[in-house]
Amino acid sequence: MKITRRRFLSMSGAIGSGIALSSLGLDLTALKAHAAELSKMDRIRTARQTTTICCYCSVGCGMICSTDKLTGKIINIEGDPDHPINEGSLCAKGAGIFGLTETNQHRLRKVLYRAPKSDKWEEKDWSWTLQRIARLVKDTRDADFQINNDKGQLVNRVESIGHYGSSNIGNEECWTLSVACRAMGLVYIDHQARV
Amino acid sequence: MTNHYIDLKNSDCILIMGSNAAENHPIAFKWILRAKDRGAKIIHVDPRFTRTSARCDYHVPLRSGTDIAFLGGMIKHIIDNNMIQEEYVQYYTNASQIVNPDYAFNDGLFSGYNAEKRGYNKDTWTTKKDEKGIPVRDYTLQDPNCVYQVLKRHYDRYTLDKVSSITGVSKENLLKVYNEYGATGAKDKAGTECYALGWTHHTVGSQNIRAMSIIQLLLGNMGVCGGGINALRGEPNVQGSTDHAILYNILPGYLKMPSGSVDTLAKYNEKNTPKSSDPMSVNWYQNYPKYSVSFLKAIWGDKATPENEFGYSWLPKIDDGKHYSIMHATDQMYAGKMKGFFAYGSNIAVSSPNSNKVRKGLQKLQWLVNVNIFDNETASFWKGPGVDPKTVDTEVFLLPAAASMEKEGSQSNSGRLVQWRYKAANPPGDALSDGDISMKIMDAVRELYQKEGGACPEQVLNLKWDYKDAFGKFNALKVAQQINGQYVKDVTIEDPTGKTPPEVNKKGECVPTFVKLMADGSTSCGNWIMGGSFDQKGLNKMQKRGKEDPTGLGLFAEWAYAWPVNRRIIYNRASCDLEGKPYNPKMKLLEWVGDKWVGDVPDGPAPPMADKEKGKYPFIMKVDGVGALFGPGMVEGPFAEHYEPLEGPLAKNPMSAQLTNPAMTVFKSDLDKVANADAKFPYVCTTYSATEHWCSGFTRWQPWLLEAMPEAYVEISEKLAGSLGIKNGEKVKVSSIRGEVKCVAMVTKRMTPFTVEGKVVHQVGMPCNYGWFNPEKTDNDATNLLTIAVGCANTFCPEYKCLMVNVTKA
Amino acid sequence: MKQELVKLIDLSRCTACRGCQIACKQWNELPASKTHNSGSYQNPPDLQWNTWTLIRFQEHVDSKGTLKWLFRKDGCMHCTDAACAKVCPTEALYHTQFGSVSLHVDKCIGCKECIVACPFGVPKYDETTNKIYKCDLCYTRLNGNQPPACVQSCPTGTLQIGAKDAMLKKAYSRAKELGGDANVYGDKFVDGTHVIYVLPEKAEVYENLPADPKVPLSIVVWKDVLKPAGLLVAGGVVAGAFLHYITKGPKTPDEETTSEGGKQI
Repeated sequence: MKITRRRFLSMSGAIGSGIALSSLGLDLTALKAHAAELSKMDRIRTARQTTTICCYCSVGCGMICSTDKLTGKIINIEGDPDHPINEGSLCAKGAGIFGLTETNQHRLRKVLYRAPKSDKWEEKDWSWTLQRIARLVKDTRDADFQINNDKGQLVNRVESIGHYGSSNIGNEECWTLSVACRAMGLVYIDHQARV
Repeated sequence: MTNHYIDLKNSDCILIMGSNAAENHPIAFKWILRAKDRGAKIIHVDPRFTRTSARCDYHVPLRSGTDIAFLGGMIKHIIDNNMIQEEYVQYYTNASQIVNPDYAFNDGLFSGYNAEKRGYNKDTWTTKKDEKGIPVRDYTLQDPNCVYQVLKRHYDRYTLDKVSSITGVSKENLLKVYNEYGATGAKDKAGTECYALGWTHHTVGSQNIRAMSIIQLLLGNMGVCGGGINALRGEPNVQGSTDHAILYNILPGYLKMPSGSVDTLAKYNEKNTPKSSDPMSVNWYQNYPKYSVSFLKAIWGDKATPENEFGYSWLPKIDDGKHYSIMHATDQMYAGKMKGFFAYGSNIAVSSPNSNKVRKGLQKLQWLVNVNIFDNETASFWKGPGVDPKTVDTEVFLLPAAASMEKEGSQSNSGRLVQWRYKAANPPGDALSDGDISMKIMDAVRELYQKEGGACPEQVLNLKWDYKDAFGKFNALKVAQQINGQYVKDVTIEDPTGKTPPEVNKKGECVPTFVKLMADGSTSCGNWIMGGSFDQKGLNKMQKRGKEDPTGLGLFAEWAYAWPVNRRIIYNRASCDLEGKPYNPKMKLLEWVGDKWVGDVPDGPAPPMADKEKGKYPFIMKVDGVGALFGPGMVEGPFAEHYEPLEGPLAKNPMSAQLTNPAMTVFKSDLDKVANADAKFPYVCTTYSATEHWCSGFTRWQPWLLEAMPEAYVEISEKLAGSLGIKNGEKVKVSSIRGEVKCVAMVTKRMTPFTVEGKVVHQVGMPCNYGWFNPEKTDNDATNLLTIAVGCANTFCPEYKCLMVNVTKA
Repeated sequence: MKQELVKLIDLSRCTACRGCQIACKQWNELPASKTHNSGSYQNPPDLQWNTWTLIRFQEHVDSKGTLKWLFRKDGCMHCTDAACAKVCPTEALYHTQFGSVSLHVDKCIGCKECIVACPFGVPKYDETTNKIYKCDLCYTRLNGNQPPACVQSCPTGTLQIGAKDAMLKKAYSRAKELGGDANVYGDKFVDGTHVIYVLPEKAEVYENLPADPKVPLSIVVWKDVLKPAGLLVAGGVVAGAFLHYITKGPKTPDEETTSEGGKQI
């Protein structure tokens, strides 16, 4: 048997676990404990597989996410053996990226709002939140909008709202944020390029 | 990166300086080791002996903040020992051009300095042109005023003794590196440099890289396989967020941000479109108006017309000479002038310098929107150490975001490789992608302006904002096509010779390359450098997964898409001699065969320079077509010069009367305190990220990573620990004039004291990934409580890598 | 059908990125423990029931005065003459067709004999489940023609897996190429291990690595004399405990850690 970093995406399961197991020559009851472990391989074989790119440094390593078709949950993430840069390998952060998925109990699931002077978060829905943010943006922008600077030059901007980030989102998200900032008249615009 | 990650394997000598590649880019190190397997020398120059040093041929310790002195010495050594790649220097750089006779350098200052403005007038940083406007050249490089001779005089002061005394590097080590790296000046050898935040996080950050660029040009290492200057960037899409300009100083595609003094589009294009009368210069940026007008068409859509200058007036304008970086923003916050703030995927209360000032600034905001996948020190600043929530009026919104594998879209690595990623699962609960969140916020703002009017409503309402799918969700593909560029009307282009049928382009089709963009409003393009990421029919090249590598050089041209025009190594025409034959025949990146270039996508189709009629210079983005050994690009001088960090151990710069960078901006609030050469803070400190953590530490929420690197530490030499009575593993307090943090002392042989100007200087180092919020019951806090809010004079990257601290038992 | 595999660990290439350490946890769904920084990058401080592979960090100054930072991936060596399997009274520990030593968790009765017997300190006990755990070379992945999670993750080529002969050949040629004190570790004792190191330094230099590991004679006696006599499981435990006492003294296995902070899985 040759162990290679085979293509996960085209994994056919041609060498079934059954064949390998019978060759162990052990009685099946003894293997019961293995059933749970084996099922991870089986679950991955039947999972939907999608490729993604690592979200840590900028090397751009390829990864394969296995998503359980019944639950829609990600059950495994590992390096993409076909990827020319990482060739299936991952570092500590990349190898642990599964820890960022929904399984992480610390992931935010609700909008949290903290009122002035309050000492706690409150959960809010999107509708209220968006209206409230829009109101604050508009009131601030309308109050502080500068058509001209102190030299009398046309500037059409607001200096009392700032924007920061992000370098950890997709290009399309970056571009829409970039133009949305301009359409609000912001000039204090920055991201993590400097840190 | 001028090159790309896989290309590191093609190098003959890799200088890792300003980077800790094995720890912060572990997969990049895979390719560095492949080069080592081929016999390449791998050199690590760094204040600390790290996991990178452990796998290099050798490690050279260097005092933080003295890279330019080290590199200046290398420039001198290369010139003195004639290690340059002569033909390359003669023809592919401006070495032969004649410097303006009024240019001068005197005791640390270049000509044109204005002390009051802390800046330069660059009028003398130019070279001589003839009556036609073409640079005057002396290809023998003997004219005493040619760039080469002026360069030689400038670095003549960087003697081994001087450099050794400043940097704390032994002369033996200096010579070892200089000779080893200088050997890549041979025509068939390539040396490359890997840097990262270790070079940018200085008040002279850009000049660190400029100094290395001078070396790379002298050695003929730019544009070749295994060469180049390679920035290993720290965030997964910091290349993309820069390309798309979530930045105050540029617009997408590195177009210039307009300022108040440039009040019309005509003036803007005139100002930013360079002119060259040299027939051998491609001067690519002569196309600038095509890119700027197409961008305006992308942002304002149908509202942008020739009559209204394509909506140029709606773009917000900055003030000339004023900056708006995160340090400026937090300075405004602290001054009470900032009311609202959006922080997407970020944690500025940990990641920004002088965190005490940042946190006090946050308390003065009226509202803060933080978009994140975990709670953090920024969103929860109102319950941070020493803060009474009852006194904080800020309204805070913490919006739950999707993680990267929960959304679709593209991401650009630092090799400019743009790869598509797919959605593997829905985000949990109410979480949404950042795209959806920004779309919804802007929708709500627009709705209010629609209903109520307000200040300059056309700026808000004229934004082209139709990037949703049928279900109202953010549609990354639609945005990606807008970024690529599209024909906004049918465009028919006749062949002037009439030999071929006219080219017919239909409205809505993708622009197949940025070469096709137009300045008359017929095309829209969100970011010209991405023009060509789709083919005309809309095929998404970022999704490509071809594994062919016919040259064996690791170009993988069929894997995803690299900007510009799928070129994998930029300036690649400089890899060939004047006849178009590769300098290194074993690494045929490109070759002129018959009447065309074969290999990587060339920097333009024009023949090599030997063709006197049609030949072009190789550096097509430069107005004069050649690499700039001397030039006006940087704010603090046409050459890199050593200045001490703002906060360091020396009261006098051994090189000149200018102690620190004369062109940097120094903030003046009561919290911007500095303690240079102060006995109370005697140790140099540098900061960095651990392999197991990421930036401001959302990895602290991940048990496996936290288990591997559980708490903050300071790395300290055995000698210093011994003199302070500090034992390995015990808690210590590290303080600067701006703040203090508790952490574990890691006493190590890997840190060693330096001898600088005859005195012993100790250096310590701390990771920047920890904070007060989590893990539970931590007594850590941000290392940036210690750091200074001062930055590179060009880019405002903060000087995280040099500050002065004291270390005491906790 | 027996197909002996060997995992080669070429420490001259390791950058201690710890991709393997975390990939192992990810694949095997092992929770994290609460740890502290004791002045080293190494964490957890040792192998644990929930940490089957670990990068050890060690600063070493060689005879020429050169500083070296040694990294060693520690974990099960998968011995041919495996003391753990020999001593296991319930055959919970067993050899697979790949030559690796795997564990039937349900058969483990928590007697801890393997902990005492293993010359490398590999099996670790979990009080909550009253069982021992250790690396099984990702048996299920091997069965699916996939490399173990650690090998898959390794960026530098430190970890490789393949047929025993090929890997040994590779190991010797690499040691020769490195020269100096470089040596191959693993094939010369306990009838050969299925994890082979290329060590850039002499074995004695590495912490927690026995220079000459052996299966204790008493275990050989146990395996060859007592066990074939067909002791009952309970008797096995008693005998095992006695054996523990006479071979190692009244030492208890290392204190195990809590799994606080690691409940996400």
